[in-house]
Amino acid sequence: MTMTEREQLRYIAAQAADARVNLELETEGMTLNIGPQHPATHGTLRVLVKLDGEQVVAAEPIMGYMHRGYEKLSEMRTYPQVTTLINRIDWLGSFANEVPFILAAEKLMDVEAPPRAQHIRTILFELARIANVVLFLGDMAVQVGAITPVFFAFRDREHILNMIESATGGRFHPNFDRIGGIKDDLPKGWIEETRGALKRIEAFCDEMETLVLGNEIFQTRTRGIGVIPSDVALQYGMSGANLRATGVDWDLRRDAPCGLVYDKVDWKVWTHPDGDSFARYWVRLQETREACKILDQLLGTIPAGPIMAKVPRIIKVPAGEAYVETENPLGAMGYYIVSKGELVPFRLKIRSASFSNISVTPWLLRGVYLPDVITILASLYFILGDIDR
Amino acid sequence: MPAPALPGKGLIKGLGVTGKTMLKTMFPGGLKKPKPDPVGGAVTVQYPHEKEAPPPRARGVIALKEENCTSCMLCARECPDWCIYIEAHKTKAPPRRAGGKPRKVNKLDRFDIDYALCMYCGICVEVCPFDALFWSPEYEFSEPHIADLLHDKALLGQWMETVPDFEPYEAGSQAKVKKVPR
Amino acid sequence: MNVLANILDPYWAKTIVRVVGALAFAILIAGTLVYVYLFKAVSFMQSRLGPMEAGPQGSMQLLAEVGKFLQKEDIYPTKADRLLFKAAPYVVFMSTFLLVLIIPFGPDAWFANLDVGIYFALSVSSISVIGILMAGWSSANKYSLLGGLRAAGQLIAYELPLVLAVVGVVIQAGTLNMQGIVGAQANGEIFGFGGIGNPYILTQFVGFAIFMISMQAELTQTPFDMPIAESELVAGYLTEYSGMRFLLFFIAEFATAGVFSAIAAVLFLGGWSLPGLHWESLGDVSNVMNVVGPLVLIGKVMVLSFIIFWVRFTFPRFREDQLQRLAWKFLIPISLVNIAATAVLKVAF
Repeated sequence: MTMTEREQLRYIAAQAADARVNLELETEGMTLNIGPQHPATHGTLRVLVKLDGEQVVAAEPIMGYMHRGYEKLSEMRTYPQVTTLINRIDWLGSFANEVPFILAAEKLMDVEAPPRAQHIRTILFELARIANVVLFLGDMAVQVGAITPVFFAFRDREHILNMIESATGGRFHPNFDRIGGIKDDLPKGWIEETRGALKRIEAFCDEMETLVLGNEIFQTRTRGIGVIPSDVALQYGMSGANLRATGVDWDLRRDAPCGLVYDKVDWKVWTHPDGDSFARYWVRLQETREACKILDQLLGTIPAGPIMAKVPRIIKVPAGEAYVETENPLGAMGYYIVSKGELVPFRLKIRSASFSNISVTPWLLRGVYLPDVITILASLYFILGDIDR
Repeated sequence: MPAPALPGKGLIKGLGVTGKTMLKTMFPGGLKKPKPDPVGGAVTVQYPHEKEAPPPRARGVIALKEENCTSCMLCARECPDWCIYIEAHKTKAPPRRAGGKPRKVNKLDRFDIDYALCMYCGICVEVCPFDALFWSPEYEFSEPHIADLLHDKALLGQWMETVPDFEPYEAGSQAKVKKVPR
Repeated sequence: MNVLANILDPYWAKTIVRVVGALAFAILIAGTLVYVYLFKAVSFMQSRLGPMEAGPQGSMQLLAEVGKFLQKEDIYPTKADRLLFKAAPYVVFMSTFLLVLIIPFGPDAWFANLDVGIYFALSVSSISVIGILMAGWSSANKYSLLGGLRAAGQLIAYELPLVLAVVGVVIQAGTLNMQGIVGAQANGEIFGFGGIGNPYILTQFVGFAIFMISMQAELTQTPFDMPIAESELVAGYLTEYSGMRFLLFFIAEFATAGVFSAIAAVLFLGGWSLPGLHWESLGDVSNVMNVVGPLVLIGKVMVLSFIIFWVRFTFPRFREDQLQRLAWKFLIPISLVNIAATAVLKVAF
C-alpha cells in the first residue's frame, strides 16, 4: 500500500488548499508555544506555531536553549580531552559521536588503527546505533499516544547498555575511542553475552512490529503525514534514516566506510519510497534489525592483534585541515578539524545530523493538524544535544 | 508492505502482545502451574533492597593508592574540567638500602576530586604513570550538599578496597592483563 | 431538634443513604480500578512491578497518593475565571455521582429505581461535558482550551452511538427500567432455549461492541484521549489543576469508568443476576441475591473495565478528525442498522 507519487502530490495540494481557505476566512488564529518545556520536545526545543483552529498556518522551530558551546570549548582542550566533551552531543548513541572526530584526527596525523581496533570500533558503533534507535521505536509510539512500547524500549535497551558498560566502563559516555586505536580490549565472555543481548533486541523488534507498526490506529496516524519528497529532503540537507525514508539510497556506511569495516560485512541499506512518518518508523525498525545482523557477523570475525597503533604519548596533530563524516544513528555527523600543529585544535566545526533534519519543519508543518505536529517531530527523531551542541 | 487483510487484526495482535507480557510478568514459571510471582517476572530491580552488581570495568568512582602517588600532577593537568586538586611538599624518606642516602620524595598533602565537576571520562586513570589511580564500580557516594562532593584522599583511599581485579581479555587479544596493587 | 426529626423522616433517611452510598461506591470503585489496573495490571503489561513500598505489594499507595494531593498547594492561574475554575471539578464529579444512583446491585439493593433508568443515566452522563468545557475555558491556558474544546466535540459525537447502541437493548427488553432490563435478560430465552436466560451480549453483540467503543471515547481513554493527550496538550483541560481539584477530576475519571462498566454489565451481561436464575416478579428472588448480587456485578465490572484499561495501555490515539469520522461515518450507521434489525426481529418473533 505504498503511496503513489500522484497521491502524495494530491495530499500536499489538499493540505495547502485547506490552509488557504482558512486564511481567506480571516479568522484571528492563535499562537501556540510548543516548548521549550513540553513533553514532546525531548528537551528544550521550542516550536512556535500559528494555529487556525487545530490547523497549523505557520511553524517556526527555535533552538539554542541547550547550546553548550562544544565547538568553542574544544579549542581549549587537548585532543584526548575533546572526546570526553563530544560524547555528550547525541547522548543516546554516545560512542558514535567519538568515531568521526577520532577518524578526522587520525587522518591528519596519518595514523591508521590496527584491524582489531577498527573491528571493535565498528561493533561499538553499531551497538550505539541500536541503543539510540531502540528508544526511538518506543518513543515514537508514545508521542502518538501508546504508552507501553516505550517501557519495552527501555527494558531491552538496558541489555545493550550493559554490554557497552562492561566493555567500556561507561553506560552512556564510553569515551573509549582513542587516536590510533581504542582504549582497551574486550573482556572475556563479552562476545557471547552480546549475542544474547542482540537476541533480545530482535525479539523487541518483532514486538514493535506487531504492537506499533501493525496497529491500524498507528497507521492512520502516520501514513501520509509529514510527506517529504526526496528532492526537498536533499535540499534541506537531511540525512540518515529520514533521507532513506524518502527513497534516496544513501548511506555513508556503505558509500564512505573510512576507518570502519562495513565493507567486510554482508548487509543492506533499507529505503522506503513514501517519505511519510510511517516510512521513517519502518526504515528505523529495519535498520535496527540490520544492525543486529551486522553485529552478528562482526562478532564472529574479530581478527587477533594489537589494539593501538604507534602513537606518541603526547599527541600533537600536524597542521592542516580534515573533514570526516560517518553515518551516525541520527544521520550524517562530521567533524571539521583545523589544526595549527598544537596540542589543541585551532578550530572544530561539528556537523550534526539533527540540526539539518529539523530545519525542514517550517516547510513540513504548514497545513497539518496540531496532533500531527507532534507525530512529525517525533518521526524526524532529533536529540536536543545534537541540534544545539 | 501489504495492508492487513482483516481490519482490526493489527489491533487484536497488539492486545495480544501486552496481554502476553502481563501473563509472563505475573507467572514467570509458566501457565501450566500458575504461581503468581511478579517480583520474579518483572525486570524491576528494587534498588535499596536489592542491588545490581556493575561490571568490573564500570566507572563508578576513582580510588587512590596513596603510596604510589608521586604528585606528578599529570592527572590534574589532563583532566578535561580540571577537577583534581593536588598539593604536596618535599620530604626525606629512609634510604632503600641500609647505609644509603635518604631519598627525596613528594609527600601528598591534599588529593581532592570534585565529583560535582568530574565527567567520569577516565583520562586521569589512564595517564597515571605510577598506578596510583583506579576505577571502582562503587556508586553510592551521593551527598545532600553539592559542596560535600569534594572528596579527599582519605575517602579515595578507602575506595581502593573496592577496586576489582582486571578481567582477562577475549581470545585474540595481545593486551596484557594488569595487576591491581594491593 | 428539627434537624434530627428530619433525619429520622424516611425521606431524609433515604436521601442520606443514597448520598453516602453513592459517594462510597464511586470512591471505592475508583480506588479499586486505580490500584488493580492502573498501578498493577498495567505495570505487569510493561514488565514492571508498580508501587511496592507502601504496604504489602504497595496496596497502601492509594492513601499515600491521596495524602499527597491533599497537601499540595491549590493554584489558580492569574487570569483564570476563578468561579468556573473552582466549580468545574465538582460538576464533573456530580455527573459520576448521579450515574451511580440508577445502578441496580440486587433485587432490593438499589439507590433509585427509576422507570426511565437508562435514559436518566445517558442524560446525566453528558453533564460532565459541561464541567470539562468549564475547566478548559476557565484555565486561561491555550492547551486547556484546546483540550476542553476537543472534549466537547468528542463527547457530543459519541453520545449518539452510545444512545443508539442502548436502543437495541431497550427494544429487546421492552423497558427503560434497569431492574426491568436485568429481569428481561434473566427470564429471556434465545430461540426457545431459556436455560441461561438471554444476556444481551449474545443477541446484541454489535450493540455491545459499539457501546464499548463509545464508552471508551466517553471516558476519554486511549485511543480516544485527545482531550488529555499528554504528548500534545501537556494534560489538556487538566493542565492548570493541582491538589484537591485534580484529585476530584482523577477520581471522577476512574469512578466513571467503573460506573459505565456497571451500566454495560447491566445492559449486556445480565447485571447482578446469575445465569440460570429466573423469577416472575422481583419479590420472588431470594434475599441472598442482595448479598451475592453486588459481588456478581462487581465481578462483571472488573472484567469489563479490564478491557477498557487493556485497550488504553496498548493502543495509540486517533486524531480528532479521524475520531469524528469513526463516529459519524461508521458507528452511527452501524448502530442504526442494528436498531432496524432488532426491531424487525422483535416483531417477527
